[in-house]
Amino acid sequence: MPRHTLSVLVQDQPGVLARISALFARRGYNIESLAVGTTETEGHSRMTIVIDVDEHALEQITKQLNKLINVLKIVEFDDESVVARELMLIKVRADESSRAAVLQVVELFRAKVVDVANDAVTVEATGSREKLEALLEVLQPHGIKEIVQSGVVALARGSRAMGDRSLRSADRTA
Amino acid sequence: MAEKITGAESLVRSLENVNVEVVFGIPGGAILPAYDPLMDSKSVRHILVRHEQGAGHAAEGYAAATGRVGVCMATSGPGATNLVTPIADAHMDSVPMVAITGQVPGPAIGTDAFQEADIRGITMPITKHNYLVRDPADIPRAIKEAFHLASTGRPGPVLVDITKDALQARSEFVWPDTIDLPGYKPTTKPHGRQIKEAARMIVEAKRPVLYVGGGVIRARASKELRQLAELTGIPVVTTLMARGAFPDSHTLHMGMPGMHGTVGAVGALQQSDLLITLGARFDDRVTGRLDSFAQKAKVIHIDIDPAEIGKNRIADIPIVADVREALIQLIPAVTAEFDAHNREDLTDWWRTLNHWRETYPLGYDIPTDGTLSPQYVIERLGKISGPDSIYASGVGQHQMWAAQFVGYENPNTWLNSGGLGTMGYSVPAAMGAKVGCPDKTVWAIDGDGCFQMTNQELATCTINNIPIKVALINNSSLGMVRQWQTLFYNERYSNTDLHSHTFPDFVKLADAYGCLGLRCDRPEDVDKTIEKALSTNDVPVVIDFQVHRDAMVWPMVAAGTGNDEISFARDLAPKWEREDD
Repeated sequence: MPRHTLSVLVQDQPGVLARISALFARRGYNIESLAVGTTETEGHSRMTIVIDVDEHALEQITKQLNKLINVLKIVEFDDESVVARELMLIKVRADESSRAAVLQVVELFRAKVVDVANDAVTVEATGSREKLEALLEVLQPHGIKEIVQSGVVALARGSRAMGDRSLRSADRTA
Repeated sequence: MAEKITGAESLVRSLENVNVEVVFGIPGGAILPAYDPLMDSKSVRHILVRHEQGAGHAAEGYAAATGRVGVCMATSGPGATNLVTPIADAHMDSVPMVAITGQVPGPAIGTDAFQEADIRGITMPITKHNYLVRDPADIPRAIKEAFHLASTGRPGPVLVDITKDALQARSEFVWPDTIDLPGYKPTTKPHGRQIKEAARMIVEAKRPVLYVGGGVIRARASKELRQLAELTGIPVVTTLMARGAFPDSHTLHMGMPGMHGTVGAVGALQQSDLLITLGARFDDRVTGRLDSFAQKAKVIHIDIDPAEIGKNRIADIPIVADVREALIQLIPAVTAEFDAHNREDLTDWWRTLNHWRETYPLGYDIPTDGTLSPQYVIERLGKISGPDSIYASGVGQHQMWAAQFVGYENPNTWLNSGGLGTMGYSVPAAMGAKVGCPDKTVWAIDGDGCFQMTNQELATCTINNIPIKVALINNSSLGMVRQWQTLFYNERYSNTDLHSHTFPDFVKLADAYGCLGLRCDRPEDVDKTIEKALSTNDVPVVIDFQVHRDAMVWPMVAAGTGNDEISFARDLAPKWEREDD
């Protein structure tokens, strides 16, 4: 099933995250990734939600989300017109014999080391999911002790913002 | 600076401002401050019920009978959780309702305080919206918004949970002039081009059907529906939620579709080439197996809720609108098509429909042993009490028979729990309807199982002079479950025998509650017992109709099968083709 990225503009009120996550749970849909943060407008939050569903389910999800009183707007991004990033912190084994090799990988992926210990380094990397997966694959042989990652955040390419009418709204019923 | 009043006073004044005439509820610790100013309100009547579930269903019955917002009130914790069933019920059946609950004081929230329950969290998936109010200054806005949300768009329940300290603290009362809900803009006006397309499709259809759901009643669109039906001569089917939206006596009415619908109504949908779907949601009890439902039909789907369109069945012409406004535009659009001489001849379609209607009418067997047939009781009740009465049913066999045999002519006269299927709905819903429509005769048609879930509200009825009438269809068992055991579980009757021909003695129970209790177990006594009930208007009446327990609801589309596999009696399937074909 294709992955879909939804950007959901909501009123920043207590319980709004619970309403949205509960809606997914109750209708039987899985959230692959979810990130929430404040926006340029006070009182508004923006969520980036990645879901792995077919078109019919996507339509139901967006329509049901739109029924929530605190949801202001939903935009669906397609892969070509979006800039999407996630952040990952990776604690990887790196002793004297392997540290140079690890640092080379970090440099190649334009990641950076944010903490060093005798036998490990912590790497901060941002990028698309594909890039981060590739990084993990290369670091794997050195021994990954621990990873943590954020949800995807995404914006449309170009000059238009979510408040502009021209962006494709995800609620398609006339 | 205006005078400061308590949150409780703010709440009562807000309820007065939105013209609430009645609140059903029970006080308790957290909501207690609200009950003090409520006692002094000149316009808001509070009716003290015996169980919060009764308050919720009474609010629903009031709303369903009057079209106004029903209001119920309870305290925190168990008071609030007892409202959960009626709130879920109102959510499924799009009933405009506002539930007001007390909450533990703000600082105690999250500490597992006495009678604390996160009712806002609990009711998130079963309300249209809900509020937790912690500041007295927010009460007027929350109440104003709650009533607006409950009654506009697709109606539904809204819960307002107010902390005890917010009810006690003082603030200046400011009634908001406007409603500011930027995320809530229901589409009520239909799209003009879609209406034109729909009209064209309607006049081109050879086997069209008006598939009418409860939305037509909520939108008060019965008159417009009748205009469209009579203009086009298209057959009408009314779902369980739409009974009364179109007169049962009307020649265009094919009856109720669905699991226990008429062969004619089910056949009409199945063989249709165009479903004109009005405020209906392709519920599984109507469609049977979706993949075999009305396979040849195109679909025009008019609904106020965009999420219903395309949910279960793809619509060829989706129209998001208030169904009444859509019909008001659709009627001239269809007339224009007719004027341009675009019109299909429906004679052959009607020949088929009439063949089904004549060959497979609704019917039932009269027991040969002199015992009482439940269908006969309900049929006589409908005939004698008439179409101006209001009928609220419970859930089960008696509900289906009440939908089939009463005979409805007017909207808002048939109240039932369609979506959630809540046993116990009937008595409190009838009570709420009677409060809203005191000049109408209001019947609770209840089963002996359902009745024992909520009959405590008879005390409320007696004490508050709410003389409802209860027709208890007492077959001494959980009849619908028993029917399934008969059909699908080799007549192994596990836990469905209620012994209620003997315990309790319903006549004595009625008497204990100050009601007139009557018993009837012979066909020849049915009419006079009903007439006795109709002539008793100073107290509630309970008639214990002791009926035989083997009656079954027919027709039936067994769960999980397709509508084409309908049986009109046990092991009897209709022939769909006409002999003359």
